Amino acid sequence: MLDPGIIFAGVLNGLLAGGIYVLVAVGLTLIYGVLHIINFAHGSLLMLAMYAVFWLWRLLGVDPYAALPVVIPGAFAVGYLLYRLVIGRFSHGRDENILLITLGLSIVIDNGALLFFGGDTQTIDVPYAGSFVELGVAFLPLPKLISFAASLVLCGLLGLYMVRSDTGKAIRAVAKERQGARLVGIDVGNIFAVSYGIGIACLGAAACLLMPTFYVTPSSGHAFVLVAFTIVVLGGMGSFLGAAVGGFIIGITEALGGLLLGEQLGQIGISLIFILILLLRPTGLFGSRA
Amino acid sequence: MTRTFENVSRRGFVAGATAMAGGLGFPAILHAQPAPVKVGMIHPVTGFVAYSGQQSRLGGTMAIEDVNKAGGIKSMGGAKLEALLGDSQSKVEVGVAEVEKMNEQGVAAYIGCFQSPVGIAASQAAAKYGTPFLIDVGASDLLVKRGLKNVFRLKPGFGVCVDDGIASLGALNKAAGNIAKTAVIVHESGEFGTGTAKLLASKLPSIDIQPKELIAHDNPTRNFDNIALRIRSMAPDIVMMSNYVNEYMLLARTLYQQKVNVAGFYSILGGGFNYKFVKEMPDVSQYMMDVNHWFNPRSEKAQALKKRVEATGALFTFEVYLTYSNVMLLADALERAASADKAKLIDALANSTFKAELLPYGPTRFVDGQNQGARPAVMQSLKGDIEVIAPEEFASAKAVFPKPKL
Repeated sequence: MLDPGIIFAGVLNGLLAGGIYVLVAVGLTLIYGVLHIINFAHGSLLMLAMYAVFWLWRLLGVDPYAALPVVIPGAFAVGYLLYRLVIGRFSHGRDENILLITLGLSIVIDNGALLFFGGDTQTIDVPYAGSFVELGVAFLPLPKLISFAASLVLCGLLGLYMVRSDTGKAIRAVAKERQGARLVGIDVGNIFAVSYGIGIACLGAAACLLMPTFYVTPSSGHAFVLVAFTIVVLGGMGSFLGAAVGGFIIGITEALGGLLLGEQLGQIGISLIFILILLLRPTGLFGSRA
Repeated sequence: MTRTFENVSRRGFVAGATAMAGGLGFPAILHAQPAPVKVGMIHPVTGFVAYSGQQSRLGGTMAIEDVNKAGGIKSMGGAKLEALLGDSQSKVEVGVAEVEKMNEQGVAAYIGCFQSPVGIAASQAAAKYGTPFLIDVGASDLLVKRGLKNVFRLKPGFGVCVDDGIASLGALNKAAGNIAKTAVIVHESGEFGTGTAKLLASKLPSIDIQPKELIAHDNPTRNFDNIALRIRSMAPDIVMMSNYVNEYMLLARTLYQQKVNVAGFYSILGGGFNYKFVKEMPDVSQYMMDVNHWFNPRSEKAQALKKRVEATGALFTFEVYLTYSNVMLLADALERAASADKAKLIDALANSTFKAELLPYGPTRFVDGQNQGARPAVMQSLKGDIEVIAPEEFASAKAVFPKPKL
C-alpha cells in the first residue's frame, strides 16, 4: 500500500498535468463547438507551436513564458490564415471535407517539420528547471506550477472574452445556430476563421507552458491529442467548462491510476472514463450546455 | 532515298562519326563497368524514433561514399555500392514492405533496422530470399537466436550489454563498500526494454543487489511524475533505465526535478545518453552512467569520422558509427566473396575476420550470426562531457560512485 503522502503528491502532480491538458482540450472543443469537426491537425499544430517556442529560445534567448505574448498571436494568425486560405477555401462548405483537409494538413505539417527541423529531440533547459516548491512530501517543480497558474489565468481570460466581447458572443451564436447567426448579420465565415484561430492560439499558449518540462520532435504533439479528445468527450463536445473540468479529472485519474496500478495499467483509467461516459452520458458532463 | 558519302556535309560527317564511336567504342567502356551492388538500408527516418533512423542513414551513406571513393569492390572489378534507402516509419509492417520492395529491385544485402521488432520481422522476410541481413542497431538477442543463416550482428546484444553492465556495476559497488543493496528498473514496454529489464532483474542478485520493482512505460509517455514518486516511495539505491531517446531524457529530467536521491542512475543502452543530452542538460545528466555502444577513442579513423560528422552539424552518435561499420563489414565480405551472389556473401560474412577499427571490439568472429568480439563501454556524464569509465583499457576518467546527494 502506498504512503498517503505519496498519493497526495500524485494528486497534486495530476492537477498540474491537467492544467496543460485543459488548454489543449479547450482549443479542440472550441473548434468542434463552432465548426462541428474534430481538428485532426491539432497535434501537428501544437508541435509547430512548440518548435516556435524552441527556436525563439535557441535563436533569441526568449524564455518560454516570456514568449507567450508572441506565440499566442502568432498561433492565432496561423490558425486564422490556415482557415481562410486552406480549410475554408477547399472545404466548399462541407464538414466532411474540413475533416479530410485537417487530416491532410496534419500529414503535411508533420513531414514538413521532419524535413526542416529533423527528427532530433529538442529541449529547453531553463535556469529554474530544478527549482521546486516543497509541500509536505510533494516536490512541485516550479516550471509546472507556473504553467498550471498561467493555464488557469489564460482559460479564465478566454472565458471572459467569450462571455463579454462581441466576437465571443458572435462565436457562441454561430456555435448554437449557424443559420440564425447569419440572418442577424454575423459574418459566419469570419467567425469560423476566428474560432479556428483562437483554438490554435490555445495551442500556442500550451506550447509555451509545456516546453520548460517537455521536449519537441515532429511527432511529439500527438502525445497530447488523444488525451485532449478524451477530455472533450468527458466534458461534453463543444463545452468550454466541460473541457476545463474534464482536464483536471483526467489529470488526476492518470496520476492515481499510474501510482496504484502501474504506469501502463494506469492508463486504463482514462480509457475506462471514455467508455463509461459514452455508455452512460454520451453528451458528456456538460454536454447539454454545449 | 539513299545518301552517298559524297553528299555528306562536314557537320553530317562529324555527327555520323560521333554516333559510330558511341555505338562501337563506348559500349566497350560501358561493359567494362561492373554492375553496382545494391545495399538496402532500412531505417526509421520518420516516426517516433526518426532521429535515430536519420543518424543511421547518415553513417551508412557516408560509408558507401567512402567505399566508392576508394575504388569500390576491387575483386569485383571496382563495382560501386548503390544505396537503396528505405523508411520503416518506426513500424514493423512498413519495414517488411521495404524488404519486399528492395528485393524486387535486386538488393544484394540489407542493413537495418534500429528497432528490434522491425529488425526481427524484416530479417525474417529477407530470409525467404536468402538475402544477407546485417543488424546495425537492434538490441534484442532474439534477432540472432532464430537459427536464420542470413542474419549477422556486429554489435553486442542486450545479453552481453547486461552481462558487462552488471559486472561493471558490481565492481563499482564493491569499490564503494557495497553501499547499493536495491535497484528499481524503469524500461520501455517493447522487446528491447522488456528483454533488457528481465535480464537485469535475473542477474542483479549475483552482485548482491536486489531488484525491488520493474516499471514499464509506453512510448511515448507524456509524464514521468508518477514513476518518480513511486521510485521515491521505494527508496532504492540504484535506478536502472532502459528506454528510447525521448523517454530517457524526459525520465532523467523528471527524476532530477522530483529530487529522487539515489546512489546512482545506471542505464543499459540508454537511448538518450549522448553528447547532446549531457551538454544541454549538464545538471540533470551529471553522474548518470550508461552501458552502451561507444567508439574507440584511440582510433584515428574514429576521430577523423567524428570530425567529419560534426562538420555537417550532426552528432557522432552510436547509430552513425555502427551503421558505418556495418557497411564496411559488408564491403569487406563482398571483397572476399568477389561476388554479390547471396550464398557466397553469407558464407563470407559467416567467416568474416573484419577489423572493426572504429569500435572498441575484439577480433570479429560470428557464431550463429552474433559477433563474439563485440562489447559495450560504460560511460559517465561528468561536468557536461561523456567519459568512458570501463573497460579499463579505454577509460578516460575514474567513476564517481556513489553520486553526491542533491
